Amino acid sequence: MKTFKTTWRNIRRSPYQAFAAVLVMTLTFLFISFFTFLLFGSAKAISYFESRPQVTAFFRNEVKQADIDNLKNELNATGKVASLKFVSKQDALKIYREQNKNDPLLLELVTADILPASLEISAVKIENLSEINNQLLNSPLVSEVVFQKDVVSVLTSWTNALRTIGLGLIIVLSLVSVFIMVIIIGVKISQKKEDIGIMKLIGAGDWYIRTPFIFEGIYYGVIGAILGWIISAGALWYATPFLSSFLKGMPIFPIPLIFFFGLLGAEIITAVILGTLSSFLAVLRYLK
Amino acid sequence: MIRLDKVSKQFRTGVFALSDISFEVEKGEFVFLVGPTGSGKTTIFRLLTREALPTTGEVVVDNWDVVKLPNNKISHLRKKIGVVFQDLKLLMDRTIFENIILPLEVSGIDSIIATKIVEEIMKKVGILPHKDKFPIQLSGGELQRAAIARALTLEPDILLADEPTGNLDSATAMEIVKLLSEINKKGTTVIMATHNEDAVKALSKRVISLNNGILTGGNEKKPKPHLEHSEKKSAIIDVKDKKSEDEDF
Repeated sequence: MKTFKTTWRNIRRSPYQAFAAVLVMTLTFLFISFFTFLLFGSAKAISYFESRPQVTAFFRNEVKQADIDNLKNELNATGKVASLKFVSKQDALKIYREQNKNDPLLLELVTADILPASLEISAVKIENLSEINNQLLNSPLVSEVVFQKDVVSVLTSWTNALRTIGLGLIIVLSLVSVFIMVIIIGVKISQKKEDIGIMKLIGAGDWYIRTPFIFEGIYYGVIGAILGWIISAGALWYATPFLSSFLKGMPIFPIPLIFFFGLLGAEIITAVILGTLSSFLAVLRYLK
Repeated sequence: MIRLDKVSKQFRTGVFALSDISFEVEKGEFVFLVGPTGSGKTTIFRLLTREALPTTGEVVVDNWDVVKLPNNKISHLRKKIGVVFQDLKLLMDRTIFENIILPLEVSGIDSIIATKIVEEIMKKVGILPHKDKFPIQLSGGELQRAAIARALTLEPDILLADEPTGNLDSATAMEIVKLLSEINKKGTTVIMATHNEDAVKALSKRVISLNNGILTGGNEKKPKPHLEHSEKKSAIIDVKDKKSEDEDF
């Protein structure tokens, strides 16, 4: 309890240094939060696109239902197919009519006979799409294959790049905040050098002197993490209506509360680690 | 209780602060350490608290070999010795109460008990009304009393007072000396470094005199009770002799 009081007094008596330390930590955790939201969103988007039919095979007119069933069985046997949906000529007409219900001229011209039956396929993994595509192209039953590999693979490569760059930036920002905290706590130790000397002379052990500085580092980290989380979560909450309409159809919003509180917990743990590390480094460096 | 055996301390500049000093102080004794500025009085205190190490020789405090004391035991040694520093070393951003309670906090004593102890000591040294004031708000004598109170909170076996009457008027100085004498009567070994001849005369205690880092008198052990009067006398004479030798004292 006394250590907490001493820590609080140290913070209160040098508010600008405390503000600088909290600001640096807030910035780091703000970035971590936004980056986590982005990763969460992109992971959801990828799984959305993955769950959508990614390959559509259009059959020749003369193909029999038994041959289509055989092809379905062959595809299922590969274990690379997540789902298969057969769309008959009648189903295709329904879809066409629904899509063009406002244009009677287009509806008049089209009958079920001229629309091909098709098979909509989703892969277990995006990497399997090419293989499925090749298998379909080699089949004599199939007249055309529409392959949406590009959308998903571009999204995947963007997400991977984002993850790498983001992780790199998080590491750099964390290092920067640790070094700035080492400097700030080091300055505070230097300012209190005389007091520390007096305390040592009246019998204070090393840890009696070190502990308040270590708590101070943890305090800055935790406050920074909470502020960073509040700002990012608030910004996301504010932008949710716009983002939901922009990303219409993708089941990203609303983001579950458990995710937000899980992120807060993880950030507080990270803050404690960063705060302890930086104050410990400062104490070792300046309190020899 | 305290033993210095052939202790020398040489600074990096090559100057000897102490040369071949040997003396003993018995438990419960009151000893004056006298000598001009730069004679090595403070250096002896610094050696006793392991603030500095001797270049050669042995320093023993309460059976602890101070020179060989491992670093992690230094704080234990310092809790056994109460020190009234020449420059007081009070923390200026803490109240008098907070300054005095510090050694108890450092020792992990419960705050309720610590508060009680501090209030008793403050009452004893006569500064209880100033408990919530900051050092800057107190007079020299009051600050000196605060420093003494802080040195006494852990009930140390040894009290080292470095020039406790240095900047005080003679009346206040005598009050401080009286206070130290009362503390000594309760069993605490007191070593008081001073320039104050009146204080030395008033108490008639053993005097260890130093000049230029060399012991010039008082290295004999505590006198036996029946010899006390004559020994005290000789000690004062020694001081007087010292004065005639050195104008600075």
